[in-house]
Amino acid sequence: MSVDEATVRRIARLARIAVNDEEAHRLQGELSVILDWVEQLGEVDTAGVEPMTSVIPMVMKKRDDVVSDGAKADDVVANAPVSEDHFFVVPKVVE
Amino acid sequence: MDEMVRSAPKDKLIKGATGDWEVIIGLEVHAQVTSKSKLFSPASAEYGGAPNDHVSLIDAAMPGMLPVINEECVRQAIRTGLGLKARINLKSVFDRKNYFYPDLPQGYQISQFKQPIVGEGVVYLDMAEGEQIAVGIERLHLEQDAGKSIHDQHPSLSYVDLNRSGVALMEIVSKPDMRSADEAKAYVTKLRTILRYLGTCDGNMEEGSMRADVNVSVRRPGEPLGTRCEIKNVNSIRFVGQAIDYEARRQIDVIEDGGTISQETRLFDSRSGQTRSMRSKEEAHDYRYFPDPDLLPLEFDQPYVDALAAALPELPDEKKARFVADFGLSPYDAGILVGERVAADYFEQVAQGRDAKAAANWVINELFGRLNKDGVDIVESPVSAAQLGAIIDLVASGVISGKIAKDLFEIVWSEGGDPAEIVESRGMKQVTDTGAIEKAIDEVMAANPDKVAQAKEKPSMAGWFVGQVMKATGGKANPQAVNALLKDKLGLE
Repeated sequence: MSVDEATVRRIARLARIAVNDEEAHRLQGELSVILDWVEQLGEVDTAGVEPMTSVIPMVMKKRDDVVSDGAKADDVVANAPVSEDHFFVVPKVVE
Repeated sequence: MDEMVRSAPKDKLIKGATGDWEVIIGLEVHAQVTSKSKLFSPASAEYGGAPNDHVSLIDAAMPGMLPVINEECVRQAIRTGLGLKARINLKSVFDRKNYFYPDLPQGYQISQFKQPIVGEGVVYLDMAEGEQIAVGIERLHLEQDAGKSIHDQHPSLSYVDLNRSGVALMEIVSKPDMRSADEAKAYVTKLRTILRYLGTCDGNMEEGSMRADVNVSVRRPGEPLGTRCEIKNVNSIRFVGQAIDYEARRQIDVIEDGGTISQETRLFDSRSGQTRSMRSKEEAHDYRYFPDPDLLPLEFDQPYVDALAAALPELPDEKKARFVADFGLSPYDAGILVGERVAADYFEQVAQGRDAKAAANWVINELFGRLNKDGVDIVESPVSAAQLGAIIDLVASGVISGKIAKDLFEIVWSEGGDPAEIVESRGMKQVTDTGAIEKAIDEVMAANPDKVAQAKEKPSMAGWFVGQVMKATGGKANPQAVNALLKDKLGLE
């Protein structure tokens, strides 16, 4: 399966990754090769086989409904480029 | 959308310039799960809080943090599914729904896409004139709420608070089974009632605990379904109705003017009562769902579900049926009483050992009326069920008249106290003493000889005398006794 350059740009846009023309061209080739490689798995007959979700059969760990975290707004915004009164501050986004 | 959907009765069609139109409505309701902590983190799920105070490093999506599911949220989703008479899926899967927004720090929402925890169910709506509508439930799934962006603090900046980020939501998706704004409003109301009975969502729409995405399309009766538009995040039942009415009319106008409807997301502006386009086509969302590799499938066994089913409270439909069967109430009255569980409990307490119909009348007409007038919630009712019961007992035993009982209710409402004592201390007892009543009648007759003469010709004049006598006795005279004595004295048969 090969992808065209428009698809590469769309994927990049969805992932919010900036790519220039040269990169888009290069990525088009790389992604096509990767997809071809993954596509080989399609040759295996998996009819009736449940998707494997873990190597060892195990059940998902569950938590009791107890509040034991929070009250650390200083830590939460510590790495924010801009914050004010414990809010993250970002360029205006309104729909 | 399923083409085998019901057709609207004629009176629910909308008139257009070129003929009748049918409006097709489906709803996606987001209901916040009642739990102490969040879906995948142990931070508080409580509403409000100082900015970013109810946030763990998991909710802030710090690198290396892993989600661990809150079992109570799973139980609440199963309970809700059972309350919606829905299929419970013993195995479900969490997926990542990918999109970028500042209030979504992970860059994806953990949701359930292909395999939700709850499958098909049904909600019954009781409309006016005894019409019952079954609204199909397509599915219910668990997902994370996003944070909150505040846009009005700064001209060019938005402020982000992640307190809601990661709080558990149930998205409840209906089938496109509703045919009018009234039906959609009845559906949200009923869903809210069921969730509140179950205790799985507090249904507080002001705080955003319940929001609805409304899908609307129109078609000419009998024709295939039209293209739908989705109105996002409508946060009150009244707005659901307004948004549908506006949107249906807009779509009809577009089509009748020769245009076509394009599938899009719209916003409802509650100030103007209008909907407007929200996302342009080139921004069409591609969520690239895939199973969340941080989470194993959610699995439980049938006995786990059965135990939750066995512990469910009586739900509104069953309670209503019981009120009709056991108390002889009309379906309409029973429907009003079961709307809120506390109201139903209040009624049952009043009805206990008394005439249930009288109890229903008092609760619906006097109590609800008074609560509405003062904007008081029934849990804060100044008149307790015991006090209202005592008032009804005083009427039933003939101690006070029905009219005085309403005055007594008013006194208990504003001053409190034991109804029987109030009647005693304020001399509100019904006068059954014939001597006193006779005296009052004689006085009225003596003062109005002309009316006495008229009454002999026109027996309906007796009513005027009853009124005068009641007035003279401060409403305390027993009306039956007054009637009997008056007929005698006026020489009427």
